[in-house]
Amino acid sequence: MTAASGPAAAGELLDAGTAAVAAAVRAGEITATEVLEEALERVRRHEESLHCFNLVMADEAARAAEAVDTAVAAGRDPGRLAGVPVALKDNLCTNGIPTTCSSKILEGWRPPYDATVVTRLREAGAIAIGKTNLDEFAMGSSTENSAFGPTHNPWDLSRVPGGSSGGTSAAVAAGLVPVGLGSDTGGSIRQPASLCGVVGIKPTYGLVSRYGLIAFASSLDQIGTFAPRVADAALALEVIAGHDPADSTSFDRPAPSLLESLGAGVEGVRIGVIDDFLDDVAPSSAKAADDAAEALASAGAKVERVSIPEMLLGLPAYYIIAPAEASSNLARYDGVRYGLRVDGPDVETMNARTRAAGFGREVRRRVMIGTYALSAGYYDAYYGQAQRARTLVIRAFAAAYERFDVLLSPTTPSAAFAFGAKTENPIEMYLSDLCTIPSDLSGDPAVSVPFALDPDGLPVGVQVLAPALGEPLMLQVAAAVEAAAPPSVRGPVTPGGHHG
Amino acid sequence: MERISLDQVRHVARLARLALSDDELATLAVELSALLDHVDSVRRLETADVPPTAHPLPLSNVLRADEPRPCLDREVVLAAAPAVEDHRFQVPAILGEDR
Repeated sequence: MTAASGPAAAGELLDAGTAAVAAAVRAGEITATEVLEEALERVRRHEESLHCFNLVMADEAARAAEAVDTAVAAGRDPGRLAGVPVALKDNLCTNGIPTTCSSKILEGWRPPYDATVVTRLREAGAIAIGKTNLDEFAMGSSTENSAFGPTHNPWDLSRVPGGSSGGTSAAVAAGLVPVGLGSDTGGSIRQPASLCGVVGIKPTYGLVSRYGLIAFASSLDQIGTFAPRVADAALALEVIAGHDPADSTSFDRPAPSLLESLGAGVEGVRIGVIDDFLDDVAPSSAKAADDAAEALASAGAKVERVSIPEMLLGLPAYYIIAPAEASSNLARYDGVRYGLRVDGPDVETMNARTRAAGFGREVRRRVMIGTYALSAGYYDAYYGQAQRARTLVIRAFAAAYERFDVLLSPTTPSAAFAFGAKTENPIEMYLSDLCTIPSDLSGDPAVSVPFALDPDGLPVGVQVLAPALGEPLMLQVAAAVEAAAPPSVRGPVTPGGHHG
Repeated sequence: MERISLDQVRHVARLARLALSDDELATLAVELSALLDHVDSVRRLETADVPPTAHPLPLSNVLRADEPRPCLDREVVLAAAPAVEDHRFQVPAILGEDR
């Protein structure tokens, strides 16, 4: 540690991570205001090249930091995440503060309430510094579907950060904030985490309240955390997790402890390395999973290969279920109660013009396919069948978890791709979610951990999967994977790709 | 290959309340046909004895006590509306009886 306070110290703390910032602020070693100033300075420096944020909340953040500093000075508990700057994906409702889902249809809309996760972070003393960019309504894998322009990958500005939580992932990877929230429906936390060299956790469905998360596909959506290291992502998840009466799909139990066993190692843990994606992923992605498996075996785990062919049903089943649910959830954007309205002579015309003007191409595509799959005459052939395929995926996971404690796989088929590389053919983009989708269908947790760099020097993540509510062991294994990887494979990086 | 006709796409667009041009509809017909082709494996699955899963959690009828609670402030909600009249959301004419 060099200076005790001021920008240099604040910068060191931000790079040391969430727990370090909170400890220093709680101990009165540095003020939340000083930490915030450094975070905002980093945003100012890099935002033009990255475009992580739809909105920077400088004033609100300053007031929140002041409140934390006042609490510390008065000897009151400022919260577990006191003074920690946090980025919020812009599909999380923030009371009175524009929340757009990166869509024209919600441009300028100010929610009249906070999402539960936003409230919990605030009560823990965290400082929300901005709303991050995403693929419109969380539909996409590159953040290119944002109506407000794409986000750039800090490791290589000509490449995508992944999606849909690309803004949060890039902000964390560039060291603008030590932690951020995203959402995951088909992989939208884990895939951008993998492409940006940071940790991304998708929890068990029902562990984190979805109240205030603008819905895409309600049986799949989950909020989760991003951070450069497993321990910090786990800490933030612990803070936001736990029963919420406002979300009828949240588990009726308090948040579990995720940190206790993080350092316990993998001696005797039964790990299954999933074989079924290997034909469809880049060699460096497959190799990363293999090397991680080997490292875990050296550390005492019982590692075996396993084939779960039902995994491959996941992608087609998802691309019926998710759009079907989305077509229902997005029906509310009709120009009546909030958001964009394009006038018409009658209400149906008004609805139709509003939605055509307000929704981008990918959203329209998904609303259309979803509507088709649910329409009379097609419902059972598509949606009904997809629901049965979902059962097969769930059963296959359950059978695997009889033999194994956790599973391992690549997170994504490839490292970060160039802008425009996958936009010609929508299906090419959808294939990015190959390895992540199955655990969204089953509702089981999964985490991406940075593990390697590909031949172009781009981050490659490895995925650890666990059965429902298996987060403690999953994160314990994730921590071991992380320990086996050199620091050069993970952020934060200075945008443009220079490390440190 | 499953092909969606232009008429079907037009019908779906009406159901989805999307006012799309003929060009946009034609492009969507191609894109949706390709996507249906891609998910065809699901349609053809042998699933006679497999129950459908709507939701990963075994939940049903999650209810709370029927007690009134504070809810959103009406003026705050109406402030976000595109058009308000007499404390209500105002919309253009609903279609007449003959439609």
